[in-house]
Amino acid sequence: MQNARFIVLAALAGAGLFIVTWLIDNAYIFFAGYVVLQYIVLATAWNILGGYAGYVNFGTAAFFAMGAYTTVILHKTTSMPLPLMMVLGGAISGLVGLGMGYLTLRLRGTFFSIATLAMAVVLQTLITNWNFVGGSRGVYIIRPASSPVIGGDYIQYLFLIMLLLTVLAVCSARAIQHSRLGYGFSAIRDDELAAEASGVPTLRLKLIATVLSGLFMGMAGAPLPYYVTYLDPPSGFSLSYAVNTIAMALIGGTSTWVGPVIGAILIGILQQVASVTISSALSLLIVGLLLVGFVIAAPRGIVGWFRR
Amino acid sequence: MDLPFDLLGNAIISGLLLGGFYAAITIGITISFGMLDIVNIAHPAFILLGSYTAYLANSILGLDPILSGCILLPAFYALGVAIYQVYNIAFEGRSGSSMLGLAFFFGLLFITEVSLVLVFGVDYRLVEAPYVGPSLHAGSIDLPLRLLVPFLVSLALIGALQLFMSRTFIGRALQAVAQDPQALRLMGARPAGIKRIGFALSIATTSIAGAILIVVQPVEPSIGRDYVGRIFAICVLGGLGSFAGTVAAAMILGIVESLTATFYGPSWAPAVAFGLLLAALTVRPAGLLGRR
Repeated sequence: MQNARFIVLAALAGAGLFIVTWLIDNAYIFFAGYVVLQYIVLATAWNILGGYAGYVNFGTAAFFAMGAYTTVILHKTTSMPLPLMMVLGGAISGLVGLGMGYLTLRLRGTFFSIATLAMAVVLQTLITNWNFVGGSRGVYIIRPASSPVIGGDYIQYLFLIMLLLTVLAVCSARAIQHSRLGYGFSAIRDDELAAEASGVPTLRLKLIATVLSGLFMGMAGAPLPYYVTYLDPPSGFSLSYAVNTIAMALIGGTSTWVGPVIGAILIGILQQVASVTISSALSLLIVGLLLVGFVIAAPRGIVGWFRR
Repeated sequence: MDLPFDLLGNAIISGLLLGGFYAAITIGITISFGMLDIVNIAHPAFILLGSYTAYLANSILGLDPILSGCILLPAFYALGVAIYQVYNIAFEGRSGSSMLGLAFFFGLLFITEVSLVLVFGVDYRLVEAPYVGPSLHAGSIDLPLRLLVPFLVSLALIGALQLFMSRTFIGRALQAVAQDPQALRLMGARPAGIKRIGFALSIATTSIAGAILIVVQPVEPSIGRDYVGRIFAICVLGGLGSFAGTVAAAMILGIVESLTATFYGPSWAPAVAFGLLLAALTVRPAGLLGRR
């Protein structure tokens, strides 16, 4: 399928979804739907680096929280519209990804993974010590009473924004997969040495993947302060973002754009249901067990069941 | 005004003691990551498991935490054997295995942490032992026993492991297995069997490392994460798989962290390890004592 046709279809699907939720008009649907959409973006973003290029990023929470805290800063200093904040939050996350990648991506993939895990701890320390953004006490963000443009409750606007970002992220991931860039990434994943020897500019491609991945994660995090209205470092940098994202991508299947989408929808809905019916700690445990189970028994994910 | 000097001296001494403790929590990773090339990022979670078993033995049976850490060594060894068995069957020798192996251990880290939260809650837990409270004094220098005892236990643990590595056939085979499994096979040893022993040993060390962690500080389930950066920073800086390097790097990190905590405030200390890790990876990935 051509990219243009796919984008039109994805936009139509997004519009259809929004109209359906708008007709149901139940605030819970918007709140729950927002989280699922946010995880589609995160899993898709993670997959650009992790699935396509084979470099495991454990720092999802750090990139995500950087977007969120950029919004906190902009909210306190300016009165710019949310989409612009998202672009800036994404840009900062992307830049941090570039710096991290430049320092660690020349080494074995493991070192990059360990560095991302450590980076999350350090950025959390920085934010905890920075009183302007609330420090360890956290920060309250007052959500505007009604939505710009579409009217209605502000959560509808947040939902719509996240829906648009989801369409953008999924279309980009799909376009990348079938481009020269995507072929370069899979060459790196399958055999980096051979790729390098055949003239694939591996470091540059890995940096592009890290920046794109960080960009989308930061954009996904930017609306978070308005969604939660109270943000503190332990919740913004929660390890569960990283675990959920990796679990969703791996359970769905990492080699194509559709895997993370399937994984995020299934696990996202499962978690929403399990946190309401059982408990949120137990629902996290279920995700962890599913992750380990899939990695051992079905390493190609759900998508792998349908292809040989 | 001899106050800053006292402060400096105390910071360096407590940094050295802290470094000794860091060496104990890193030594398992030096074996599994440095020697066997198994990236066990769940290592801190097993250390916390060791802390909580020591806590249980201490609060229910009134056992000394370090003694209970020693008693539980075989149980942790068995746990290590079981995990390696799964790892070996599911990942070693399979394509794309390094990414899946990382995700596997990441999942284990998270499962252990969430399970500990479910069982023990998120309150800080601590142990009671005669050496938790008091300090020795030498002039203006304080030697808190809470740090001194773990320091000595750590050096004993690493000394024993060093003897095992250099004096026994299995120890030497362990050092060889990551470098050349084929040659090891020619010597009449099965690489998978040797790696199993090595990995199980690395998990066994978490029994003692966990026991001294809960002596050094009260624990709650999520603090394991703070140690991921430290452990790998020390392991990389120490030259991946060198015991002497691990001890030296641990002391350096301990001193730098202790100075940071004294002069800038303790909330900045976790950032130090990451700075060292990045510096090590950028400037000298082979580590302090590494061959390059």
